[in-house]
Amino acid sequence: MNTVWALSGVVIKELYRRKDFYVLLVLTGLITLAAGSANFFNDAKIVVYLKDLCLLLIWISALVIAVGTAARQIPAEREQRTIFPLLAKPVTRWQVILGKFLGCWLACGLALVVFYAFFVVVTGSREHHWPLLNYFQALWLQWIMLGVVIALVLFGSIIFSAPSANATICIVVVVGILLIGRHLNKVALQQPEPLQTLIYVVYFLIPHLEWYDVRDLIVYDHALISWWHCGLATLYGAVYVLLFLFVAWLAFRRKRLSV
Amino acid sequence: MMKASPPLVLALLLAVCFTVATSTQRHALNWSTRAQADSVLKVLLGDGRRMFANHFFTQADVTFHSGYYPSIFDRREKPSTSPMQSGHDDHDDHEAEAGHVHGEHCNHGEDAHEKEMAFLNQPRDWIERFGRHFFVTDHTHLAKGREREILPWLRLSAELDPQRVQTYTVAAFWLRTQLGKVAEAEEFLREGLRANPQSYEILFALGQVRYDHHQDVVRARNLWEVALRYWKEQESGKPEPDLSSLREITLHLARLEEAEGNWRRAIEHLKVAKMVSPQPELLQQQIEELQQKLAESP
Repeated sequence: MNTVWALSGVVIKELYRRKDFYVLLVLTGLITLAAGSANFFNDAKIVVYLKDLCLLLIWISALVIAVGTAARQIPAEREQRTIFPLLAKPVTRWQVILGKFLGCWLACGLALVVFYAFFVVVTGSREHHWPLLNYFQALWLQWIMLGVVIALVLFGSIIFSAPSANATICIVVVVGILLIGRHLNKVALQQPEPLQTLIYVVYFLIPHLEWYDVRDLIVYDHALISWWHCGLATLYGAVYVLLFLFVAWLAFRRKRLSV
Repeated sequence: MMKASPPLVLALLLAVCFTVATSTQRHALNWSTRAQADSVLKVLLGDGRRMFANHFFTQADVTFHSGYYPSIFDRREKPSTSPMQSGHDDHDDHEAEAGHVHGEHCNHGEDAHEKEMAFLNQPRDWIERFGRHFFVTDHTHLAKGREREILPWLRLSAELDPQRVQTYTVAAFWLRTQLGKVAEAEEFLREGLRANPQSYEILFALGQVRYDHHQDVVRARNLWEVALRYWKEQESGKPEPDLSSLREITLHLARLEEAEGNWRRAIEHLKVAKMVSPQPELLQQQIEELQQKLAESP
């Protein structure tokens, strides 16, 4: 396990050495503050649009950080040929996969904490109330969702030839699931057979990432989600993480590493 | 051959770019047929900005329902009876028509709206059932001053499409009736009127501001009469004219004239309203009462 932690530590260091996170944080901050300074009919109590915008930016930024970080991990090691001394340590390929995943996931968690801290300060300064448990649930669920995305991207980084292609395809898939994943069963029912069955199979196979998007509940001050359901969603996400990591390992195990 | 210096070439290119930009800008303003294409955003988005304006207007309705809103997969059409857009008009209209006080059992249009917004049927599978714990499933409306939250979206919608008249009337309604911002409502309506000088809806709403909040009978009458004239000019020839606006304008004019003791004019307006009213017998009864008053007066 120490090997896995050591590998993940390298990935976390990479996050704070690179500029991506800082650029996205500054952009999120600037856009949110600029929107917050707008005056709508001399009413200073308006806050929903600001929460909506800030959370949207956080979601976009976190997704970009997760996909960007995970997509280049294994291809970079191969290109720079550092994968050979790494595997000669000895480190097993499963440990490489697990270490890379853990590093990316923890790095995204750190980034999320910073983003949400900014969100809490901005909304709290306007609303003067602090539903911290709701914010914690939103952060936690988003982090679980990012775990699934990172595992998916790591798997993609083994089967696709270039990190850019992998990142693009994964972003399209993730955004597609977030937008229409919830409605695929309704779409399926309107289709003739065998398309109906096919879409229904896809509906049951895909990870339902849209469950983890609880922005509306936060923006419109709805009640807490039951912890039991949060726990079940976490378990569901963990199953998909393990599944993607397992198939990534299967593909990586037989992969020729020379470029 | 003389070799060109890179800084000079760069300077030349910059000068050309600047010249082209200044000469193109004049034409860019005329690309859209709409006269208000004067901001960078409007020039950049072109007529596509109307699409964004519609989106922001819908977003205001989503906010009004605290996130509970059908997606394109839930229904083929957007809700037509949202209280944010039309419920208040029906309410005022009905009140003016029936002259009754609204009680707790009075729910005009609410049943229809509830029915329309009941788009979440029984879950079809365990994924849908479980997923409902993570999004808004209660149909509620913003209240107690929280209606203010729809205003940024309406402001943005108006910025992007100044010709969308409904944006001004809806925002002005909430500003003046629920948020106590009569001055802001009037200012926004005037902004809308500058962009749509012949809009009978905006003129009618301005008349309401003058009559309800300033007790300015003369200006309210003038505004409503101009609104009625524009309605006739724009709608009377149409196969499907906007009859609800005609009913609102004439009913309000009738109430104003009745309050001022001009019963003859009130009767004239009520007769027009009766022709387009869903409850003509109620208006006929009021016409008869006014005719009786007119007959008894010296």
